[in-house]
Amino acid sequence: MADVTFTVDGKKLTAPAGTLLIDACRKAGIEIPAFCYYPGLSLQAACRMCVVRQEKVPKLQTACTTTVAEGQVFITDSPEITQARKATIELLLGNHPLDCPVCDAGGECELQDMTFKYGAGESLYAEAKQHREEQQWSPAVFYDRPRCILCYRCIRMCGEGMDVWALGVQNRGARAVIAPNGGDTLDCEQCGMCIDVCPVGALTSGSYRYKTRPWEMNHISTVCTHCADGCKVTLGVRQSNIGSEIIRADNRDKSGINGDFLCAKGRFGFDFVENPERLNKPLVRNANGQLEPASWEHALRFAAGKLKEIRDARGGSAIGVIGSNLTTNEENYLLQKFARTVLQTNNIDHERTADYAGFARALAGSQGRTASMRDTATAPAILLIGGNPTEEHPLLAWNLRTNVRLNRARLYVANAKQIKLERQAKAVLRLPADGYPALAAHLDGSDKVIAGSAFRETLLAEESLLVILGQEYRGAELEELVKWGLKRDNVRFAFLGDHANSRGAADMGLLPDLLPGYVPVTAPGQFSAEYPGMPAAPGKALPDIFASAAKGELAALLVVGANPIAKPGMDAAALKNTFVIVHDIFLTETAAHADVVFPAASLYEKSGTVTNTYGDVQLARKAADRSGVKPDFEILVRLAGAMGVDVKTLVPFGTTGITADLGQSRGAQAGEADRHAVWLAANGLEPKLSPFDPLAVLDEIERLVPGYKMDRLNLFGGNDVPSEPGFVPLSALTANAAITPAHDGLFTSGTLGRYSPGLKDLNRHQAAPALAKTAAD
Amino acid sequence: MPRLVSHPDEVKIVTRRFGQGAANIDRYVELGGYEAAKKCLAQGPEWIINEMKASNLRGRGGAGFATGLKWSFVPKQSAKPKYVLVNGDESEPGTCKDHLIFLHDPHSIIEGTIIAGLAIGAKLGFIYLRGEYRYLLEIMEKAVADAYAKGFLGKNIFGSDTEFQVITQTGAGAYEVGEESALMESLEGKRGVPRIKPPFPAVVGLYGGPTVINNAETIATVPHVISMGAAAYAAVGSERNGGTRLFGVSGHVERPGVYELPMGYNLKKIIYDVAGGVRGGRKLKAVVPGGSSTPVLLPEEIENLGMDFDQVGKAGSMLGSGGVVVIDDQTCIVEFALRTISFYQHESCGWCIPCREGTDWLKKSLTRFHAGFGTAKDIDNIQYLAENMLGRTFCPLGDAAAMPTLGFVKKFRKEFEDHLNGKPCPFAKHVEVAVV
Repeated sequence: MADVTFTVDGKKLTAPAGTLLIDACRKAGIEIPAFCYYPGLSLQAACRMCVVRQEKVPKLQTACTTTVAEGQVFITDSPEITQARKATIELLLGNHPLDCPVCDAGGECELQDMTFKYGAGESLYAEAKQHREEQQWSPAVFYDRPRCILCYRCIRMCGEGMDVWALGVQNRGARAVIAPNGGDTLDCEQCGMCIDVCPVGALTSGSYRYKTRPWEMNHISTVCTHCADGCKVTLGVRQSNIGSEIIRADNRDKSGINGDFLCAKGRFGFDFVENPERLNKPLVRNANGQLEPASWEHALRFAAGKLKEIRDARGGSAIGVIGSNLTTNEENYLLQKFARTVLQTNNIDHERTADYAGFARALAGSQGRTASMRDTATAPAILLIGGNPTEEHPLLAWNLRTNVRLNRARLYVANAKQIKLERQAKAVLRLPADGYPALAAHLDGSDKVIAGSAFRETLLAEESLLVILGQEYRGAELEELVKWGLKRDNVRFAFLGDHANSRGAADMGLLPDLLPGYVPVTAPGQFSAEYPGMPAAPGKALPDIFASAAKGELAALLVVGANPIAKPGMDAAALKNTFVIVHDIFLTETAAHADVVFPAASLYEKSGTVTNTYGDVQLARKAADRSGVKPDFEILVRLAGAMGVDVKTLVPFGTTGITADLGQSRGAQAGEADRHAVWLAANGLEPKLSPFDPLAVLDEIERLVPGYKMDRLNLFGGNDVPSEPGFVPLSALTANAAITPAHDGLFTSGTLGRYSPGLKDLNRHQAAPALAKTAAD
Repeated sequence: MPRLVSHPDEVKIVTRRFGQGAANIDRYVELGGYEAAKKCLAQGPEWIINEMKASNLRGRGGAGFATGLKWSFVPKQSAKPKYVLVNGDESEPGTCKDHLIFLHDPHSIIEGTIIAGLAIGAKLGFIYLRGEYRYLLEIMEKAVADAYAKGFLGKNIFGSDTEFQVITQTGAGAYEVGEESALMESLEGKRGVPRIKPPFPAVVGLYGGPTVINNAETIATVPHVISMGAAAYAAVGSERNGGTRLFGVSGHVERPGVYELPMGYNLKKIIYDVAGGVRGGRKLKAVVPGGSSTPVLLPEEIENLGMDFDQVGKAGSMLGSGGVVVIDDQTCIVEFALRTISFYQHESCGWCIPCREGTDWLKKSLTRFHAGFGTAKDIDNIQYLAENMLGRTFCPLGDAAAMPTLGFVKKFRKEFEDHLNGKPCPFAKHVEVAVV
């Protein structure tokens, strides 16, 4: 719309015609208070706080429903308006309990802020306040009815935002309350968005309520460690007797790729960190075959000695390395560099959940064809093939819903199963169960398997298309579909995987045949000079590593943050003659079979970058701290050091021109650098930059890994920066790659979910009505 | 069936067929029914709207918006279906006129709906009765069924190519749904809460389609306007206020009831002549002119007050729904105010803060005050509360509660003060209070 000029408090403002006055004012720095107005949700005009005076209009007008037009004149601040707002607050405070000293929202409450601003310090009423008992709707959501000011944000967030519609209003007038539509319990996605948008302490979180005061916490924005969407999550941490503990996770910092959104896992699934089963001491298997606590010194020396001995005696081919989907890019990079140059093996893999290598191969040579997470919220037309974002990629589902709702984007869904996002779809193509391979040909118009052409024709009429591919695709089928898109202009791709850094694991070369950036081991280019000692031939993939162990050919296995033994078809007995080292945060099935277990820090306890499944690289910042554990990066450096490696060859630091640190990675704990300094001095190293600083390898990653040239300032500023795979044409794909989607749902998150009491509670709560229903059937 | 009252000054237009068995369709036709609809079918939309404009018929729901003008706002072309909506959610205390129309002359409502439909090009009309009028639904439904049977409703009304269907519906007992957009929400099966305006119903109404929504009395008047001619109808009333109005006179009068009088008829005459004067020869203390939401008027304010929208407005009140509530000198105004606010407190939908909380605190304060536990500051607080609700609420319900309260406090402050200092209500012995 054309711009119009109007006057607010004597200032000339310009905005597109039809802009809401409240938005125009806020953009211009003029504060208009509001409880019910929430950007992106439907208008209510219910709280009457945003009243302003419009010239030539007899009554005060609500700024949230007034659209600007040429020549209008508004006053937003006058004694009359202040009085109107004050009166509204007086009315609210009439029934609102003044239990602010114990209320979760105390200090973070919009009603408190408004009262502070507009006064209303004196009560006009002699009568008692209405009191009603608090309700628990689910393990995650509590509702304190008297505190509720009925702004209806929760109802709209749940309905319009989440498309769940679990909340409504009960009763009328002064007795009106918010209530779950399903009676007294919430049967929903438990996303907690209702709690997030509540301006007061009416909706409180089961995991946080009455635990602390907001000002006792430090708030640290980092990246969620659960699914592959990579939401920014703000962790509230407080000093504890073992470091600092995470008390709360929320979306207070709305600057991330997730905007307003955070799902149940991001919000309630942080508590695995505080699980009492966390490992906090290294474990070494003793003569009796039992794992027993040991000092870091001993465990490192023991593990390093064995690795060195095996490498020297039997060669790197007798060693296998399995990396993680949850560790940072720097750790993954370091792990494969350590494997290839120190252990001298290409037997390195991770538990693959999606064929990122195949995706990179399909895209090879085509730049600008990948989409970021932000694109999914703005693209005018989207084709979603396979997958179930509502369950497995909640932020993607949110973005698609919001894009359809606010931008009128067209969503096309092709899926063998019915998925919830079809409610937002313009057209749906129901594929036969085995129909995915035929889709590329169908879209080309040359297929006989999938009937009908209406879907294809509507879809191909779009000028541009963002194609989101589910994990159903891999190998040749994936390549065929991508090739179909590459033939057309304005088609970009996103490819869905499972865990917080699955994409990063593949990008950083935790693959037997591919170096970081999908550079083939057989054509290493500049890596040959950088990685002295690296074997020339590709190594073994994960299933083959286990197979060689079963045949007695694998003498040592280093597992970092993975639990392959827990996967179906993996036989622990294969490892009986293998020396196994595991880094993990819990004594998993795999760790229980290890000879040495190192207690690792979780993603919330370390810094580094992670790459979501769309290729957006983000900075994870250290939030919590826990005595006894170390980041995998540090463990690897110490292990290498204990093997007698000059760690400068592994982690370039302290040399001229290295600018990796930038002071960003110092962590939450003061004194950390000093602690490192002791070790550094003992090893005759320069204490200025730490080899344990994961960002020390960032320069090297940027230099060597195609697609990872990043805008450092943006990255360290907490923004997402794009990476792009596929600069190098690939040859054959890994044989026997074993790609197994995790299919984690809303309340499961692999190993982490099993150790999260919060997610387990939600799982039980969600299962209960289903069981009751089954029983009734 | 309630006893019908009558007075020689009445001009029977809308009530012309009352008491003559017109609920029977044959009888209705015999009395000239459905001729207006047929005429409109022949004349076309433009003619109908011009007639309505010329008649000076103004909305009988209370706001007094010109009916012809309202109909003319509906766009001629619309991608979405257009609708006619009859607002029979008659709930304003002191108002009982539509109820008589449904009872005595249901076909006039159907006929008016057809005409409105023809005027705007709608094919579907809804007749919405308040939940408490469920017993009238049978009458209305029978009338609709009879009209279908005669071919007056259906695919080809009166044998023409024109389609018009009518559906009846009752509310679930919420005063709020009398507000037009809340009624649409209710009709759509949602919670009865008003919508943000603009857009207005004429552009975006029921199910998002352009909608004309009129009060039942307005709709029932429409066929008569067509039959007698716009000019003749307009001539009955006062300036810019065409025709007659059904005044429901209640309270302390000798002959309460619904009287059809020309617009602009003197209020004093309504009380003392038409309704037979204040009951038991007592003195008039005050009168609520147009339903409980309109500010109270003192005897001296009604000396020469003609009952039309403009004159009552000038006198500082509103003609509203035409529910005249007469209050005698033995009535406690504080208690009257309490009864009034109790209604609005009960009926507030709770959507917006000033109305939801304001009506509740007004009721609490007035309850305590009337019980003899008030303080001088309470009187100011009550006024302050009402002043801060006025004009600040999402819909007119808040104003409907605030306006009368302000009237009572400002005009009868002395009576409030008489309740202070632990003194019992001066009217405690007089237990009869105008039922509102």
